[in-house]
Formats: sequence, structure tokens, C-alpha cells
Amino acid sequence: MAAPSLPGSGLLKGLRVTLKTMLSPATTAQYPHVKPELPPRTRGVIALMEENCTVCMLCAKECPDWCIYIDSSKETVPVEGGRTRTRNVLDRFAIDFALCMYCGICVEVCPFDALFWSPEFEYAEVDIRELTHEKDRLRAWMDTVPPPPPLEEGAVPPAEIEAGIAAARKEAEEAAAKAKSVAEGGAAAEAQGPQIDEELFARLVAEGTPERAARAKAKAAFVKAQKQRAAEGGAPTAPAQGEAKAGEAEAQGPQIDEELFARLVAEGTPERAARAKAKAAFVKAQKRREREEEGGQ
Amino acid sequence: MATSVFALEPLWLALLLQALAAVLLFLIGALVVGYLEHKVLAHMQDRLGPMEAIWHGIGQLPADGLKFLQKEDIIPTAADRWVFALAPAVAVVPGVVIIAVLPFGPGLWLTDLDAGIFFALAASGVTVLGTLMAGWSSANKFSLMGGLRGAAQLISYELPLVLAAAAIVIQAGTLSLPGIVEAQHGFTLFGVPMIYGVPHIIGLGLFFVAALAELSRPPFDMPIADSELIAGHMTEYTGMRYAFFMLSEYAGMVILSALATVLFLGGWYPWPGVGLPEGAAGMVLGFVITFAKILVLSAIMVWLRATFPRMREDQLQRLSWSVLIPLGLLNVVLVATAKVWF
Amino acid sequence: MSETLPQEGGVMLPGGPGEAMSVEIRDRSLVTQEMNLNIGPQHPATHGVLRVVIDLDGEVIVRARPVIGYMHRGFEKLAEVRDYRQIIALVNRHDWISAFCNELGVALAVERLMELEVPTRAQWIRVLMGEWNRILNHLMFIGSFGLELGAITPVFFSFREREDIQAFLESATGGRLHFTYCRVGGLKEDLPRGFLDASRQMAQTMRSRNDEYRQLLLGNEIFHARTKGVGALAPDVAIDYGVTGPTLHATGVAEDTRLTEPYCVYDQLDVSVPVGTNGDSYDRFVVLLDRIDASLDLIEQVHEGLPGGPVNLKMPKTVKAPKGAVYVRTENPLGQGGYYLVSDGGKTPWRMRMRTPSFSNIQMVPELLEGSLLSDMIAILGSVYFVVGDVDR
Repeated sequence: MAAPSLPGSGLLKGLRVTLKTMLSPATTAQYPHVKPELPPRTRGVIALMEENCTVCMLCAKECPDWCIYIDSSKETVPVEGGRTRTRNVLDRFAIDFALCMYCGICVEVCPFDALFWSPEFEYAEVDIRELTHEKDRLRAWMDTVPPPPPLEEGAVPPAEIEAGIAAARKEAEEAAAKAKSVAEGGAAAEAQGPQIDEELFARLVAEGTPERAARAKAKAAFVKAQKQRAAEGGAPTAPAQGEAKAGEAEAQGPQIDEELFARLVAEGTPERAARAKAKAAFVKAQKRREREEEGGQ
Repeated sequence: MATSVFALEPLWLALLLQALAAVLLFLIGALVVGYLEHKVLAHMQDRLGPMEAIWHGIGQLPADGLKFLQKEDIIPTAADRWVFALAPAVAVVPGVVIIAVLPFGPGLWLTDLDAGIFFALAASGVTVLGTLMAGWSSANKFSLMGGLRGAAQLISYELPLVLAAAAIVIQAGTLSLPGIVEAQHGFTLFGVPMIYGVPHIIGLGLFFVAALAELSRPPFDMPIADSELIAGHMTEYTGMRYAFFMLSEYAGMVILSALATVLFLGGWYPWPGVGLPEGAAGMVLGFVITFAKILVLSAIMVWLRATFPRMREDQLQRLSWSVLIPLGLLNVVLVATAKVWF
Repeated sequence: MSETLPQEGGVMLPGGPGEAMSVEIRDRSLVTQEMNLNIGPQHPATHGVLRVVIDLDGEVIVRARPVIGYMHRGFEKLAEVRDYRQIIALVNRHDWISAFCNELGVALAVERLMELEVPTRAQWIRVLMGEWNRILNHLMFIGSFGLELGAITPVFFSFREREDIQAFLESATGGRLHFTYCRVGGLKEDLPRGFLDASRQMAQTMRSRNDEYRQLLLGNEIFHARTKGVGALAPDVAIDYGVTGPTLHATGVAEDTRLTEPYCVYDQLDVSVPVGTNGDSYDRFVVLLDRIDASLDLIEQVHEGLPGGPVNLKMPKTVKAPKGAVYVRTENPLGQGGYYLVSDGGKTPWRMRMRTPSFSNIQMVPELLEGSLLSDMIAILGSVYFVVGDVDR
């Protein structure tokens, strides 16, 4: 480091840095107006894939803060020509995000892939009790869970995933063979089972993407392509299918706040996020109604 | 020479208008410079600064003022109640008073005192009384140290300030501020019309540094030094009283920038020798030019704040007594000699 | 001429290291009554809840005693009832700006006790993450030191860089501050695609930004006046107090665990330890800036040499360390971290004791403060790098 030659030259050097900064554009992100782009691994909120949960309680046991509440009951399932079997039913699954320290241990220990991280983070509440997300709200976050990112070069996926990929590859090959054989009856294949973009799937698997992720992506790609086709008016069957599905979802699945959903989509929120938000709003409203009813009685 | 636009009959109307104009100028000046500081500082730090209030945060300071109004006015139990309550007012009053003699355009001054520069510098010295009162009455050790530092700083920096101004007075041959502007208008350096700031470059530097110290602006903000003394004399103040201190700081920036404009930068004329149109158009143009110069000087103050660390109290004193004051005396001697010579 | 200041007036503090301290004064008439001043527990200069009780004669500090414990969270005791996976999530919270380095220390301790050989790729990535975390930490102190001296801009610049670094660390770890990326036996998962590119790019940007900090502060005459010769620490005093890390390096002692007791793959890398000469605030700051460059060198070596392979060992569901004790040293951003782990074979440690660099750094502070000015206290506290959470644990 050379000694400053002129007294005051150090002062001027500093002034030059601040002036240069002033003349270049600022880096501030105008947060509520511009949303951050978060990587898929971001630990924003925990989502529950309720269907996968077997009430093994591992997550609740391993949680350092004990902020996971699980209630379950046993249900007997009659089996034809045998003894009745008992099955665990998940009655309550709640995570208190006011206590949660976002370590991710629950997601990691879950042996049945029932818990996932979602990068969503905008769920601040005025009332601390609202931060305890119940089963349906946690399920709603599932819609915001992104597929895991592909790994860096040189990475070796863990053994179980590798086995899964091998199996998937085999399956894909079989499927490809099958697809070839029923190439003429493509429409028939389309009608059955959840379709995926086989080509993309094979490519992703070859690239080392975990099967689940690859399948999800391939499915997304397929649905997108189908939608596009539908929009172009090419395939009249696809929209019908979609409508039927939507109707179904409305009839049974967790309902959403349609009004909010429409508004959010109009505002340019990504559909997935909008759906999650609308669902959350609906659940919240429902809860409030229930509480009010309780209070009334 | 033009007379003040406020020289009206009857006298009570003139006085009323003058008081109103002084307060308005004080508030508007402080708000504009405050906004300038918010924005320039932010961009120098790679930020955007206030962006939400109205357009690009332009309503931020009025909004802050409203917030301050709603805040609880806390007076510490051990505080000297009357002195504590009075201190913010004492800090504000000199600013309003000095505005009365500052020329903002041709004819745009409230009163033309013969000893204008003398009055302005003397009144600006009163500001420190507010600092001392606040520091003493807060019953807080941090406040006390801040107050004492403020007083010590003022005593050492009033001198270079006055010396720098004295050289200009010698040059212009008048103590009246509009008089100095007019004298400067006719000034030529080797036949080229020139502002006083060029031959008086030493004086300008002295005046600027001393003004920073007088205002407790960084790098001379030891009386407030937030990382040492929390907020110095303002530590115990809340709400509107605190806002008064902030207001007096920003108004101080306006006032000392305006003084520097008058003394060194040619006042309301764009350049010596370049005239302004007669009448209202000239007044408006003069006002705009004056204010532009004030804003440039204020922006430089903000620039220094963004860049420099704070000096230490003893280093500040050494700088004043062993560098600035001898330099100021030398400057006066040089100017006086030159004045006699040419 | 000189006389010893009378001791009456100030508050006597029992057992303070400054008890015997006296101040040389030239003029008897200037003696004023001593004033007792509490800096903190909530004060802008103590970044956190450290309390320094000082006795002032005018603005000269006669006695100083740091009072710690305001942020004691019982981490070591808590670790006795938490299993190793949970400890890793907890340990990155006591010194919140060197999270990864703390995780690494605990993971290393458990691995050494279990005699595990962690995959090479995991070790390289650990170095990469550790060095980025070191830079994150140093950026924090570069910013705060400027802020304490009254230069308000460096902190915004350094936080801009921190934000960029955190953004790509988040893509791998999922966290911005509490990475929780280390695991006993390796790492949580491998890096995502694109991470190394982001890391390479940031390393380049960081070098130019580091020069910007130098231009902004290092040449500045006011900065020199405030820091040169202020709080000069002698190497032997530093060693006596157990001071480590940049604060020790500034005195000219190049003791660094990465060199003397290399862990991970530091023995295969070319580690340079920048040192100062005078041990004053200025040197401490320069060492911090130079250490960023040194860390960037290491990061670039990792970019070159990162091998392929797995990042994890096959571990049992519950990790149980065998009976025994182990002491692991790591070079944390603020100095040497020590992890003493005693296990009785169960799934939680029997005792977990940590040696944290901030604790040693802070106990040396009275040595520097006594006889200095109040304003210099800020320059000293800001450059004896410590995190209050790391002091109190």
C-alpha cells in the first residue's frame, strides 16, 4: 500500500467512490412491488402432503422446538375374508410458525415424503394464533412447492435416488416401447392415466434429476403443451377434460376464495401462488366463521 | 440599489408579512434540503431512499412531521423542566431570525441591515445555546457530554467563520449582505468578471469547513455522534421537540449555504457582470438562482457526510486552532494587502 | 510533574482488571470529578447487548469493565438434551454471522469421535462454504466499523455484497443466515446446478468491491487519524489473553488453525494469513480487508479442484457418538473456535463445551480501553471483532 502522495488525496478518493455510486443505478429491490425470485431450496414455509402422512410422529419428535402438533385416531378397516386391520388416521397436523426455527429437520426426517419446503414467505399475521397453520392450510402450501433443482456437475445423487432413477429409466423405456406399439392409438393412451412429457422425462432422468422431480416437470410440461393446444383449438378433448377436472376439484377438494383468486391472477400473481393464497384466505374465512359460530353458541 | 419588497405601508402589515415570510422560508428551506439529503445520501449509498410517500418519497418529511406531532412528549423526571422544554425553541429561533437578513433575490429580503453579515454570524452563534440547554437539562450523561462538545466546537469554529467573512467584507467594503452581492456583481479579476469564491478560495474553504463544524454536520458531528453519545443533546427528546432540533439542523444548512452563496458565489446573479431582467421576472429568476446555489452547497455537505468518518473532538480542536485560524488570519492579511495594492 | 489521579469519586468495581490503572495527568488544576458511565447494555456501539462500565475523567477512560451475560441462552446446557442433528441447527445461532463455520466445528467433532471419513467432495464444499461465510462475516464488520466511526456509507456497500452472497448460498442451503447445511458425515445435499458459476462470478465481483472499500476508507486522512495508533495491542498481551483471529493477526502473529492444525482439505490448499504490524485499529481493519482477498484465493482454488463424488456417508437414523471425548479446533471467522465434546455413547452429548473467539477478544478490551478517549472506545470496540451471542452463548 503506497502512502498517499498528497494530503487530502485520500479524502478525494473516497468522494469519487460515493459520487460514482450515486451516478450508477441503485440496487434496491422495491419489495412489495417487486417480488424476490427465491431458489427452490429456500426454507419459506413447510407444506404438508397429507396423503403421504402415516402419523409416524417422527417429525414431531425430532423438532427441536416442539412446534408440530399431531393428533391421530385409529380406524378399523374391515378386510374381506380376514381379520379387520387398524389404520392410523390423521386428525390434526399443525405447525406453529411462531415457534418454528426453520431448521428443516422435520422435512428431512420424514420417511414418507409428506413434508416439503416451499419458498413462500408472505404469511405474516396480526394475531399470533393465526400463525399456527392447521392441516388444510399446510396442505394448501403444497401447491407452491417447486421441484427440487438439478444438481451441480460431479454430484452423485444418494443411493436410494439413484435406484429410483434406474427404475424410472427402465419404466420409461418400457413406456416408450409401449407408446411405440400403440402409436396409432395415441388418443387412447391420452385418455387413460396421468400423462407426462415422455421425452422431457427421459432427458431429465438422464441428466440426473430425481425421478419425482423429473416426473413433476414432465407432467407440467405436458399439461402446458396440452393447454396450449387447447388454446389453439386443436384438441377439443383436452379442455373438456380440464373442465371436468376443475369441476371435480371444486366439488370435493379444499375450496378456494374464487374472488381473491381471480383478482390476484388479474394482478399478475403467478397462478400457483394465487391459488395457494386464495385457498389460505378461504380456510381462514371458514375458520373465522366456525369460531364465530362457536362463540354464538 | 433595490429596496426590499416588504418595505410596505402600513408598518404592521409589513411586519406581519415579514414574519410570515421568514417562517415560511425557514420551513420550506428545511424541507427541501431535508428531502435533498434523504435522496442524495440514499443514492450515494446505492439505495433509493424514500419512495412511497406520494411521488418518489416527496411527501416523506411532511409525513414524518405529522408522525412527530402524534408522538408522546416525554420529559425525564430528573430533567430541568423549563430549560428542557425551552431548548428546542432556542435552537430554532436563530434560524428564523437570520433568514430576515438573507437576500434571496433582487429585493427579496425582509430587511437590509447595514451590519447584515455581522448580525447573521452573531445570531448563528446563539444556536449553540439550545444545544447547551438541552444537554444540561436532560439529566443524562450522554446529553451533557454532547452539549459540552457542541459548545466547545462552536467557540473554536466561530472564529474561522468570522475571519473568512471578514476578508470578504474588506473586499466588498460593506457589511450589508445585498451590498456584498452588488459589489461582487461589479468585481473583476484581471478584467474578467469573477465571483469572490475564486480569489477567496482559501476563505471559501475555511467558511465551508467552519460552517460544517458549526452545524455539527459530519465529519464534525461529535456533539451528536450516534455511535458514541447515542444522539448527544437530543438523546432524551421525543416527538415535536426532537423534530425542532432536526428542523434547525436542516434550516442551518440552508442559512449557511445562503450566506456562502452571498459571500462567495455571487448571490442572486448567475455570474458577476451578467444582469437580471427588471421587475417580477428578475425576482423569480434571482430566487431560483439563489436557491439552486444553496442546493448545490447543501448537496456537497451531504456528499461529505456520505463519505467521511467522524473526527475526534481533540483533533477537531487542533484543526481549528492550529490550521484554520492561522490560515484565516493569513487570508485577511493577504486580502487587505491586495485590496490596498490594486 | 505528573501525578496519579485520586481514586475517589468514581465507582470502584470489584475485581476489574483496571483496578490498578492510573492516568498520568500534567496539570493538577484540570482534575475533574470522575464520572461513571454505562455503555450499554443497549448502546449503538456494542452491537448487541454488551455492557461496558467505564469511569471517565473528562473524556479519558480511567477504568473499563465489560459486563457480559445479557445474551446468555444456555446453549451448552441445551446441547445436552438435543441430538446431534438438532445441535447443528442450534449451533449456527449463537454466532449468527458465522453460522456455517460453527456447524462445521460440531460436525467435525462428532465425526472425529465416530472416526468417520467424510467424502472428499463434501470436504471441499465445506471449505467453499466456510470461506464464503468468512467473507460474509468480515463484510459485516467492515460495514459496522465504518458506521461506528461515523462513515455511514460502507455499511450499505457491505450489506449489498452480503445480500448477493447470501442469495446464492441460499440456492444451495435454503437459508440466508442459518444455513444448517453441514451434517455429521457430510452435507445436507449436493450443490444445485449453477452454484459454482454464481460463486465464480461473485468471487470476481467481490475482488473489485474490496478495492472499493479500500478507496473509500483506507486512504482517508480522517480515518487514519481515528484509527492509527488507537488501541494498539501488543502480541504478547494478545497471546496472554487468548486472542485469536484477525485481532491477533493484526499484531503480527500468524497463528491460524487452518495452517497449524488443518481440517477438511486445508492442507491441500494454499492458505495465506495476512498479518499487520502494529496491532492497532487500523491494522485490524486492514487485516480484515486482506482476509477477504485471502478467502477469495481459497474459494478460487476450490473452484479449480472440486472433485466429483458423493457428499454424504450412509448414516444411521439416529447418530450416536461412541463413549469418549474429543476437542476440535477450527478457524472461525473471528478466531479460533474450540468444540469439546464428551459423549457417553448416547444420542445426545454428555457435555458440550465451546471455546468461542469473541469471549477471549472481549476480555482483553479493558487492557486497550483504559487511558484512551471515549471516542477511541468506539474505534476499539468496533475493531476488536466480537459478536455478543458468541461471547455469552
